[in-house]
Formats: sequence, structure tokens, C-alpha cells
Amino acid sequence: MTLLSTSGAVDETVTATTHVGAQDLPARPSARDTLNQSLAMAWRATKKMRRNPEQFFDVTIQPLLFTAMFAYIFGGAISGSVADYLPIIIPGILAQTALTACMATGIQLREDMDKGVFDRFKSLPIARIAPLAGPAIADLLRYGTAATLTILTGIAMGYRPGGGVLGVLGGWLLTVVAGWSLAWIFTWLGTVARSAQAVQGISMMIMFPLTFLSNAFVPADTLPGWLKAFVNVNPVSHVVTAVRDLLNDGQVTAQVGWALLGCVVTVAVFLPLSVRSYSRKM
Amino acid sequence: MNQNSSPTTELAVSAHGLVKTFGDLRAVDGVDLEVRRGEVFGVLGPNGAGKTTMLQMLATLLPMDGGRAEIFGVDVKQHPHVVRQLVGVTGQYASVDENLTARENLYLFGRLLGVDKAAARSTAEDLLGRFGLQDAGDKQISQFSGGMRRRLDLAASLIAQPPLIFLDEPTTGLDPRTRGQMWETIRDLVAQGCTVLLTTQYLDEADQLADRIAVIDRGHKVAEGTSDQLKSQVGTSTLQLRLLDPAQTGQAVDVVRRVVGDEPVLTPEAGGINVPLPDANRAADVLIGLREQELLITSATVQKPTLDEVFMALTGHGAGEDDDTDHHDSDLEAVR
Ligand SMILES: Nc1ncnc2c1ncn2[C@@H]1O[C@H](COP(=O)(O)OP(=O)(O)O)[C@@H](O)[C@H]1O
Ligand SMILES: [Mg+2]
Repeated sequence: MTLLSTSGAVDETVTATTHVGAQDLPARPSARDTLNQSLAMAWRATKKMRRNPEQFFDVTIQPLLFTAMFAYIFGGAISGSVADYLPIIIPGILAQTALTACMATGIQLREDMDKGVFDRFKSLPIARIAPLAGPAIADLLRYGTAATLTILTGIAMGYRPGGGVLGVLGGWLLTVVAGWSLAWIFTWLGTVARSAQAVQGISMMIMFPLTFLSNAFVPADTLPGWLKAFVNVNPVSHVVTAVRDLLNDGQVTAQVGWALLGCVVTVAVFLPLSVRSYSRKM
Repeated sequence: MNQNSSPTTELAVSAHGLVKTFGDLRAVDGVDLEVRRGEVFGVLGPNGAGKTTMLQMLATLLPMDGGRAEIFGVDVKQHPHVVRQLVGVTGQYASVDENLTARENLYLFGRLLGVDKAAARSTAEDLLGRFGLQDAGDKQISQFSGGMRRRLDLAASLIAQPPLIFLDEPTTGLDPRTRGQMWETIRDLVAQGCTVLLTTQYLDEADQLADRIAVIDRGHKVAEGTSDQLKSQVGTSTLQLRLLDPAQTGQAVDVVRRVVGDEPVLTPEAGGINVPLPDANRAADVLIGLREQELLITSATVQKPTLDEVFMALTGHGAGEDDDTDHHDSDLEAVR
């Protein structure tokens, strides 16, 4: 595999190209190749994270800040006290940070795609999904960080999750899975939008109604009827309720099932769409 | 050509009627291209001629709007994944990862190409060494000079040892020394059995490197052949004379006028005369004429036209111009 300019290497190259013949080359990458290529892309993404630590701002500072801020501002008004509000707000913040974190996935992918190295990725005989799946895999680190910090901040502020260790683990895991699944929506946006700014703008428009018009920060029964109707069908509400069930009660309820089903459907729709639009564009 | 005699075609690239449009602009407008195995084929054209667009279509990076192309007999549209295994692409703008070091870049591309970890690492080392980058292996690409980037880019294209390499303007923007190094590298590749398709705006580069050259202008191929064939299309050679005694220049000019029937051009240095020849064999007649008049010379050379002159003759404008300035040939000459 070396390219030394010795005569041995020369002979090898020449025979390789004359004997193998183009007809014998695989017409598409195998599943194994696809996995390895995606992992190589994930390796690249983690290197990139290490050199640009500001990529972690949204999953470190934001959960700390939002948890404290929301708890102290709304705690008294909504639940009578900060301590009583924590079981409501912590799952809410978990869902919100997961959403913002996966929004960043789309924006960063778009930025990345405008760089020269993507020209090379496109020209290499690799699975078209690898450049998209790589960052998605690496971003599990970001969702994990966000979920961990949010829960730890809550605990530091006096939150005692009723679900115990298993409940907390389940809630953490569901948050990460939901973040990873929803990220495919933003990945798809990244492949269709004209610029990173456009992705950011569109993502904000999706993100704000979805998080604030949900039961993430306030219980749905306090809302007027029409708003309540929307809040109840909002998929974020289902995720929040499911995380609450896990964290606070340690119960795998039907809501958990619905949330997971939502995740599966999202991935099943947006992953193929993303790959298609990425390979078309190029 | 024996295109249909066997499946393993002798042609590395065979493209017919390639078209790419961007809105109203026909960036590539019906280009045919045939590159034989083992040759260096140069696509020569000014900025905006459509070179990059053409290369990108052949490399599966841009869908074609018309025509068809085969790489080693494999259809580009039907089997893009196979074509990508056969072609190493070095783009006009360095396509390496700014966030990684040189070593990490080569390692990444190796891994993507299915090389195992240890081999990817050693291939990266070999290539760094071969391209004179071993000391810069752990540097961020953002600290690289233009020439270093280009070399890393080319190194990255060689990891899979593709039999065909596309080089899009490999030396544009490089200083003369780095340019010379790049030329050496390209010649090395060819010596190892690679077929190279390169684009360039530099006439001397095509002349130096390419076995055959296609001249393209505004999406059209305007000429094709070896450097010599292109030069002979322009039809004239030049006899460059140096007189022993510059004072005899007037007499010598009279002789030339009588023999060739054309006006010679005096060079800036005294005693130098350039005689345009419709046929290189007429040089002898001129020399005999001078001898008969006992006019002594110190040197006489017959020079073929430069590719620059070829380009001017084929396209009606020089190679350095772009589309907006083609009506202002004289202005441009002044600028140059
Ligand atoms: N993506 C694009 N959209 C619109 N026009 C383009 C695009 N790419 C290239 N062009 C135009 O097509 C023409 C050929 O471009 P290009 O292939 O880059 O030329 P060259 O590489 O010979 O300099 C130019 O006029 C250029 O402006
Ligand atoms: Mg170009």
C-alpha cells in the first residue's frame, strides 16, 4: 500500500490497474464499509470538536444557565416553590437542550459542507451517508454532555428524582436518543438550505414554537383550550412527559413508547431524505 | 481507435458531447475528449473556459446535462461509485480538512478508503515523506503555504493509488520554484504508470507536461493534438539570425526580403533578425542568400511558434484574457 518510488512498487501499481479491470470493482459500498467510513467521519468530527471547544458552549453553559434561570424565575409562580418546580422543569430543560444541541448539528454540517474538504469526500468512493452519519455519531457526545449537566445542575439545586438511578438513566438515555433522532431533521435542513444562516433561521422558527408551546415549562392544564390542543399533539410534549415519567416515577409508560416511536419515524423519514438530497446536490 | 474491440478499453477517458449549463450559460458545450492510458492529457484554456466544470462532470461531482462519459470503459452516470474508485481528484482549490493536521488528513482519507489503522498510519508517513511534508506533519493546515497545501492535496489523491488522476490547475498561484517541484511530482506519477488529466491556464505548463493537449475556450474545444501539432497548425516557424557585424543589418534585410518575400522583424539587440517562414525549409534559402552576399552570421536557429501564439491564432484572443475584455486586445497587450 505504499507509494515508494522503487521499481517493485511501480510494477505493483501497473499490474493492479491492468489486471483487476474496472468491471471487478464493487458497484456500491458494503454495509461494513459504510459503518467503517461513518466511524472514520465520526473520528474526524471529534478531532474537530477538540480543536473548537466553543462547539460545546450550547451543551454546557446553556443547561446550567437555563436550569437555574427557569427554576428561580418561574418556580414560585408555577409550582409555589423552586423545589416543587424542579421535577417539572428538569425534564423540560432536558428536552429543550437536546433540541438546541441537535439544531447545532444541522448548522455545523451546513458550514462544514461549504468547505473544500467536502469536495474530496464527494469524490471518494465512500457511502454517501458517511459524511452525514459521522457528525451524527460524534454529536452523541454533545447530547450526553447536555443531559448529564442538566440533571447534575438540578440535583445540585435540590432535585431528588423519584425514579432512582434506573429512572435517571432511562431519562438520560431517552433524551440522548430523542436528540439524535431529531437531529436528522436538522441534518436534512442542512443539506437543502442555501447557507448555514438559513439553517439557523429555519431551525429557530421550528425550535421556538416546539419547545415553548409544549408542556416543557408549564403544566398543560393551565393553558387555554386551543393552546392546550396544540401542546398535547406537540411531539416535544410527549418526549417531556416520557422523560418525566422515567425521572420522577421510574416508570416506562405508554408515553415512553410514543416518544420512542416518534424517534423511529423521524429517523425513518429524514435520514433517507438527507442522504438523497446530499447525493443529489453534489 | 479500438474502442469496441475489448471491454478493457485502451482509453482512460472517453467523453462525447459533454454539456453543462448554468442558467443561460453553456459552461461546457458539447466537448469530446479521449485520453489514452498512460498519457498526460492537458486541457488548456483561459479562466472561465469550462475546465473545472468538465473535470467535475467526469469525476461524478456534477451531474451532466448532456453527453456521456466513460472512465476505463465504465459509464460515469451509471456507475459513479466505480468511477470514484478509478479516479483521484485534486481540485483547483485545496480540498483538505482545515481542522486536522496534515498527518491526520492523510490518515482520515486512508481510513475512508478502507485501509486498516496501521496501514493508514504508515501510508500517511510515506506520503508525507515523499512530498517533503514530514516536518509539517503535525501542523494545522491553516499554517500551510499554498504550495504545501497543493502537495498535501495531491498526496491525498494518491492514497488509493488510482490509475487515473485529475489535476485541476495544479500550479495556479504557486511561485516558480514550487511550480517546478509540482511538475517533477507529476512526471514521477506518470513514470509510475498513472494516467493524468490536467487542466492549466499556462501554455508552457501544457507544453512541458502534456503528451496531448485540447484547447478549450468558452465551453468549446477549439483544437487538439500534440504540442507540435498545435504549433504547426499555426503554420509558421521563425528563423532567428544574429549577424556578426550589426552594421550589415540593412543589407541582410534586403536579402531576406528578396528570398522570402516577407518583411523580417528586427530584434531589440543589434544585429538580430527574426524571419517568419511559411515553411521551415526556406531557412536554407535565406542562409544561402546571405552567404552569397558574404554577410556573416554568429547564430541561426529555427524556432517553432510558442503555444501563446497558437492560442492567439486559434481563439482570436490571448490566453490571459477573460470574456469581458476580448474586444480590447490592444488595451490588453499594453497592460501585459
Ligand atoms: N456553480 C456554478 N454556477 C453558475 N455558473 C458557474 C458555476 N460554476 C462555473 N460557472 C461558470 O461556468 C463557466 C466555466 O467555469 P469553470 O469550469 O470554473 O472554468 P475554468 O475552470 O475553465 O476557469 C464560468 O463562466 C463560470 O462562471
Ligand atoms: Mg477552474
